[in-house]
Amino acid sequence: MIEKKPKYLKLSGLEPLVVTPETNFINVGERTNVAGSKKFLRLIKEEKFEEALSVARDQVEGGAQIIDINMDDGLIDGKEAMVKFLNLVIAEPDICRVPIMIDSSKWEIIEAGLQVVQGKCVVNSISLKEGEDEFIHHAKLIKRYGAAVIVMAFDEAGQADNYDRRIEISKRSYDVLVNKVEFAPEDIIFDLNIFPVATGMDEHKSNAIDFINATKWVKENLPHCSVSGGVSNVSFSFRGNNPVREAMHSVFLYHAIKAGMNMGIVNPTMLEIYDDIPKDLLERVEDVMLNRRDDATERLLDFAESVVGTAKESKVDLTWREESVQNRITRALVKGIDQYIVEDVEEARLAADKPIEVIEVNLMTGMNVVGDLFGSGKMFLPQVVKSARVMKKAVAYLLPYIEEEKRLNPQEGDSRGAGKILMATVKGDVHDIGKNIVSVVLACNNYEIVDLGVMVPPEKIIAAAIEHNVDVIGLSGLITPSLDEMVHLAKEMQRKNFTVPLLIGGATTSKAHTAVKIDPQYSQAVVHVNDASRAVTVVGDLLKKETSVSYKKSIKQDYDVFRDKFLKRSVKKEYKSIEKARVNKFKIDWSTSEIVRPNKLGIQIIEDMDMDKLIPFIDWTPFFRSWELHGKYPDILSDNVVGTQATDVFADAQKMLKEVLVEKKLKGKAIFGLFPANTINDDDIQVNGHPDQSRGRTDSEGESETFVFRTLRQQLQRRKGVADYALADFIAPKESGLQDYIGCFCVSAGFGTAELAAAYEKDLDDYSSIMIKALADRLAEAFAEYLHKEVRTKHWGYAAAEGLTNEDLINESYKGIRPAPGYPACPDHLEKSTIWELLQIEEKINVKLTESLAMWPAASVSGYYFGNQEARYFGLGKIKEDQVVDFATRKSIPLKDAKKWLAPNIAED
Amino acid sequence: MKKIKDLLKERILVLDGAMGTMLQRYKFQEEDFRGERFKDWEHPLQGNNDLLSLTQPEAIAEVHRKYFEAGADIVETNTFSGTTIAMADYHMEDLVYELNYESARIAKKVADEFTAREPHKPRFVAGSIGPTNKTASMSPDVNDPGFRAVSFDELRIAYKQQVEALLDGGSDILLVETIFDTLNAKAALFAIEEVKEERNIEVPIMVSGTITDASGRTLSGQTAEAFLISISHIPILTVGFNCALGASQLVPHLEVLANKTNFGVSAHPNAGLPNAFGEYDETPEQMAAQIKEYVEKGLINIVGGCCGTTPEHITAIADLVKEYDPRNLISETF
Repeated sequence: MIEKKPKYLKLSGLEPLVVTPETNFINVGERTNVAGSKKFLRLIKEEKFEEALSVARDQVEGGAQIIDINMDDGLIDGKEAMVKFLNLVIAEPDICRVPIMIDSSKWEIIEAGLQVVQGKCVVNSISLKEGEDEFIHHAKLIKRYGAAVIVMAFDEAGQADNYDRRIEISKRSYDVLVNKVEFAPEDIIFDLNIFPVATGMDEHKSNAIDFINATKWVKENLPHCSVSGGVSNVSFSFRGNNPVREAMHSVFLYHAIKAGMNMGIVNPTMLEIYDDIPKDLLERVEDVMLNRRDDATERLLDFAESVVGTAKESKVDLTWREESVQNRITRALVKGIDQYIVEDVEEARLAADKPIEVIEVNLMTGMNVVGDLFGSGKMFLPQVVKSARVMKKAVAYLLPYIEEEKRLNPQEGDSRGAGKILMATVKGDVHDIGKNIVSVVLACNNYEIVDLGVMVPPEKIIAAAIEHNVDVIGLSGLITPSLDEMVHLAKEMQRKNFTVPLLIGGATTSKAHTAVKIDPQYSQAVVHVNDASRAVTVVGDLLKKETSVSYKKSIKQDYDVFRDKFLKRSVKKEYKSIEKARVNKFKIDWSTSEIVRPNKLGIQIIEDMDMDKLIPFIDWTPFFRSWELHGKYPDILSDNVVGTQATDVFADAQKMLKEVLVEKKLKGKAIFGLFPANTINDDDIQVNGHPDQSRGRTDSEGESETFVFRTLRQQLQRRKGVADYALADFIAPKESGLQDYIGCFCVSAGFGTAELAAAYEKDLDDYSSIMIKALADRLAEAFAEYLHKEVRTKHWGYAAAEGLTNEDLINESYKGIRPAPGYPACPDHLEKSTIWELLQIEEKINVKLTESLAMWPAASVSGYYFGNQEARYFGLGKIKEDQVVDFATRKSIPLKDAKKWLAPNIAED
Repeated sequence: MKKIKDLLKERILVLDGAMGTMLQRYKFQEEDFRGERFKDWEHPLQGNNDLLSLTQPEAIAEVHRKYFEAGADIVETNTFSGTTIAMADYHMEDLVYELNYESARIAKKVADEFTAREPHKPRFVAGSIGPTNKTASMSPDVNDPGFRAVSFDELRIAYKQQVEALLDGGSDILLVETIFDTLNAKAALFAIEEVKEERNIEVPIMVSGTITDASGRTLSGQTAEAFLISISHIPILTVGFNCALGASQLVPHLEVLANKTNFGVSAHPNAGLPNAFGEYDETPEQMAAQIKEYVEKGLINIVGGCCGTTPEHITAIADLVKEYDPRNLISETF
């Protein structure tokens, strides 16, 4: 029996969005709007659609339930950009699962958008501005395309700016739509124009209350429709005073939502919790919003000055200290304040029967709040890591009491947490920032972590897993050889009849590699997890009794299907033989190409870098990425979703950076060399290793020592006219008779990192431990950038006159390249050994290579310098067996070794 | 004669079974497909089942007759590929109007015979509108996800031509079916609305999507509910699912529709999943036993068969459903 159902606005992407009274307020993401986001505009202008997609993805991941897409800009072809971007969005299931709002003032752009989206969209917007005929015409088409519509309160006479006009226009629009067009009333969304208040002008005083009252009228008199709007307008006159703006937004929404507004564009970071607004501020803001007093604006303005003045002070508002002990502990955990945790925990301990109860009750209550907020996207990773720091301090304080209790009552068994998880960075790899973050977040969720650290050999992982009887094993790695280690460990686990799930993570790992290479080796669950928030849900699903069996089964199936699809897909690519690729090499016209002889040949060392010089060279964007905050610096600091967190973590980073530099806690060293070189036999670069004859290192024939770099060449069949690159193409071949040059280098900013991190960890401060490693990584990259500039302009000197901004550097707009082994142009790590030998890196500056050829200290960068102005970065892609055989022969190494090192780049047959 | 809209409230209506499965029994060869008229056509024509409406019209009429005899209330025209887009494979774009017109005419003639004989059980013709062989919201090229092989307008124009011909030939209903990509269906619905407006007529529309596999989604990635929402903007007679899955596998998806729409609900599943040889071997009894779950749960208003089903299957289904009430339909006005 079907009952009569009320009419709700129903939209769809790949999944449905039904707007009911229970869905409360629908948040529309608006970063994919060229009019509202400078960053998005730039990306579209520069046709960086991949990055533009990530803006859309970030919004959806950040909780946007609809994404607004707008391409209205004089300098772009809006119709073309809309269609192109939408087509790409539609190909990304993680974005297009939500409905799309097609936003334009031009009908042709709206219609073009409607023609490429299968789901039910929202058109933003139409109005009576151009008269009833055009309004009806567009509404009819929108209905026929199957979309909902935003109707602006606008008519032939202009925009509605008071209560009566809002009602008049919305009533007329509604009647036309419902009666003449037969538009479904539930598909109508009114934008009743949110205008600023407290501007000082009398006619603006009732802007907010008129909107709120009009909303109420519309919801009561125009059945089934929705009301939307852009909220930040209302506080426009308080730009620069965020505490007041945040309070204004909250108060406005509180009343507007009560009146029936159920959708809108709100910047979630610009929102104070209504109940948290200080009473006196709340009163003044409500006076303004509701237009309750004639002097409301003046009173808020006066008060606002004091809010700005006391903004810093209000951060140390200690009224919360008067609340109950549970509230204080929860707040300390949520806000990451460790100042009072010991005294609060002590108070809780005295009140508890047993000290363990403080952990099980008080602290877990707080951590559950943290977990919920993180899970729902209301807290971000750096905050959670800070929460963990507070948690650890509290637990450390309680431990002696718990031990004592155990000694007195030994019969009581240990309470076991949610589960025990072993975490390790695999053999030969030294990178652990991501692993540590996942560990911290899991620990926050009551899992016990057995962290074996970095460079952990498989037998140690196996032994520790058995010894600690762990429930899950998590492996991490950043460099490509680590992938093989993971496969090996999966095999070992199978051989030893393990049953615990295996988690795979780290920058170089992927779902594809996990599904194709690791999963088949282990009959139990194998899951690729690449961020901390997902790790929590995955581990939860794996270990919770209710979900465990079905989740493991579904994961196994999922990977089976994924593997099948992947393998079928990879068959489609075609490759050419290495001989053919060589014929089609990138040809520089050596008769005209300029070759600059370096000002100073030979090897130079920087023993103790002045690290202050590196600061301008730091590219901060990857720093935020390591905290799972996505966005480009500096835009990220004002980002709608993660802006506040990014600003906080950035401030902490600046503080630590300053401290580290002033106290010289980190030491940077570098070594680089410039050498005569020529390409031989197409793909090899022969280097005259010690041109500096004064060293006396010449061989018997009086010739200096030679080294050979083996480069790899692209083999993927691509369109005609595109060359198949190898790095060797950028150096003049021997037969040209020209003397060319090459450089190579290694920089490290990591000396001291491990000690600092260990000290922080000892102090139970994972946040700072992760921070110092992330900073050292940035400094190393900055060092590489700095040194490259020095080399270009001085030591080699081919670009003596270049004047590039730091942004240009980050965008790599200079001449010449510095590719690093292990990265796309030369993905094999093996050539690092040659660089080490040539520069004697370990002897001179003590940067070592592990057995997987990772550098230690981890915050190090090494690579080649190519100075030719036609040299460019490229991605090698996959190569075929014939080149692997050829490579092994050239390098005189066994084929199986070559296959092992090049495995991630060998195309499947 | 009672309107189909009214009949739908009284009983569960039965749609026919597979046309292709029945035509296979005739073992038509290339020359049979060509007939006299196309004997010199420059391109191979075997496999162009829609063409048989012109070259073997008796066989088509025969199949319709068998399904009506088996108990079907509605038969589908032999026009699954009757668009310029799908007919391009045979270079027969120019024949599209005639193919649809003749197919509808053949079916209507048979239907009228039966209605005249059994006025208490009127028979209807549903003009079958297939998905074409191109998708408007998916790229056929994995390396170029933004590429589209067909545009909304190309689809809309092609569908409009098919719709006009199907109506001119006498179709009582339009059936947009086997929807892999909802955007294609939206283009078809757009075209139908245009024709309705231009001719100032009303015509019952059935919309039937395809859930391609166990993921529970259409090929273009939508869940059943998202699909429903995406095609609910114009008044339709029924929404349902057909093809790809057997009757049992469709149950959860039909439940979504039945719970969330005020339109009628239809289903025409395959005779199970294909076996290793690509054949459907579910017997009429097996299929009817699964469809029993539909009617016991009150999920449907129209039911029939897709790939692998035969008049025997339809008889079994018709015998089953006459014992049950249709899914309740509420009035469209509140």
